[in-house]
Amino acid sequence: MELVPLLLKILYAAIMLVVVLTIAGYSVLIERKVSAYQHGRIGPNRTTTPFIRPIPVIGPLLTRLGIIQLPADGLKFLFKEDFTPPYVNRPFFWAAPLIAFVPSLAVIAVIPFGQYTSPLTGEMIPLVLAPMDLGVIFVLAIGSLSVYGVVLAGWGSNSKYSFLGGIRSSAQMISYELSLGLSIFPVFLWMNAPGSDAGLSLSSVVEAQNTMWFLITCPLSAFLFLVGIFAETNRLPFDMAESETDLVGGFHTEYSSFKFGLFFVGEYGAMAVGSALFVLLFLGGWNFLPFLANPWPAGWIGSVLSVLWFLVKVVGMITFFVLIRWTLPRYRFDQVMKLGWTVLLPLAIANLIVNAAAVAIHDLW
Amino acid sequence: MTAADFIPVLIQILLAIGLGGAILTASVIFGQRARRNRIKDTPYECGMPPAGPGRTRYSVKFYVTAMLFILFDIEVVFLIPWILSYREFLVNGIPIIGPIAVFFGIFILGLIYELKKGAIQWEK
Repeated sequence: MELVPLLLKILYAAIMLVVVLTIAGYSVLIERKVSAYQHGRIGPNRTTTPFIRPIPVIGPLLTRLGIIQLPADGLKFLFKEDFTPPYVNRPFFWAAPLIAFVPSLAVIAVIPFGQYTSPLTGEMIPLVLAPMDLGVIFVLAIGSLSVYGVVLAGWGSNSKYSFLGGIRSSAQMISYELSLGLSIFPVFLWMNAPGSDAGLSLSSVVEAQNTMWFLITCPLSAFLFLVGIFAETNRLPFDMAESETDLVGGFHTEYSSFKFGLFFVGEYGAMAVGSALFVLLFLGGWNFLPFLANPWPAGWIGSVLSVLWFLVKVVGMITFFVLIRWTLPRYRFDQVMKLGWTVLLPLAIANLIVNAAAVAIHDLW
Repeated sequence: MTAADFIPVLIQILLAIGLGGAILTASVIFGQRARRNRIKDTPYECGMPPAGPGRTRYSVKFYVTAMLFILFDIEVVFLIPWILSYREFLVNGIPIIGPIAVFFGIFILGLIYELKKGAIQWEK
């Protein structure tokens, strides 16, 4: 391969990484602010720097929004004591944060985030780093590798709380992966019409939702996928990994400094990727609204608008994640397993069979 | 897709690993140093002296869950080729409904058997 395109690709990948890390970081801020408003508090509102405080009007506003909170938290993580307890299994203890951190950042290469309509030919090109025809399977396969981070952290810490948190959440994550995988199949069943080469790619899902979202045509799939994403990212009400009330901190009880920070960033990165996936599959990606044609003009202005609209939807989904956190109580572990195997999995199979029958009726008559 | 199309994915994975490694290293370099003592070197158990080894015995149900996951996940993966070819087969009159009904039958029978056996009953 030529040198210049390769360097360009590395640059694009680095930009994607920075953007997703920023979204993940600021979703912590969203979480803190939204939680605060739900509790009738204000949330982080006084972290500031000498450069921002003196700006009239904007300075105090940014301070009150807590914009500086993210770099401040990052620096605090960095300067805290990086403590490796003597009783841990060192290779596992050090590898676990890395394994929890990498998958959610590795999958962003195949996630499309906007479109470019050529003004000359009117051809629509999705903006994506690697247009893979196996997109969804790749995201699910790599994304579910983060369960190894949780298991290794629990096992390597050699502490009771970590161990229980690790095996509980790994059992939960693998159980919900079944209904997560089955829930998206009806969408692709409808999409792979005779003669189409849609495959399993994420950009063709968005193309198929040009005027009609899959949220409306396959609502049960959307619901099952949403529940699966909540369980996979260890968010409440499936918060088995941490479960502060009975397990202190769960699998990261023994971690400190940025080793804990990597778990944290990885979790929020997985949440951002999960939100993006839900938006792409069921909320029409960067398409404007259901029943309406896209208003994006040709050329780069249109692509910027489509990317911004996609980001608005993703941030909306992240806010939804936070709202759910303070709305539903946490399940007990046996309830989590029972819900996954006796309710969601049969429901997902029934959903797939009903959709397959509907496809057969639609195609044969 | 050719092998060259996968290069961005490889770049992304390497960048993510590199960034994670760099953050871990920076944390070691810039982190505070503090003295160790005997209490600090014990596993955290809410302030009590740790009782017994860190890895205790745990329910065999976790193994059962993992095994069931592998079985059912393979069945889910087998469905992917069916999804890609189902409508094509229907339109062209190639029999697909019968075979896939048998497959779903085995899938559902397995699930019913597993639930009846109490493989995921945690209360008892």
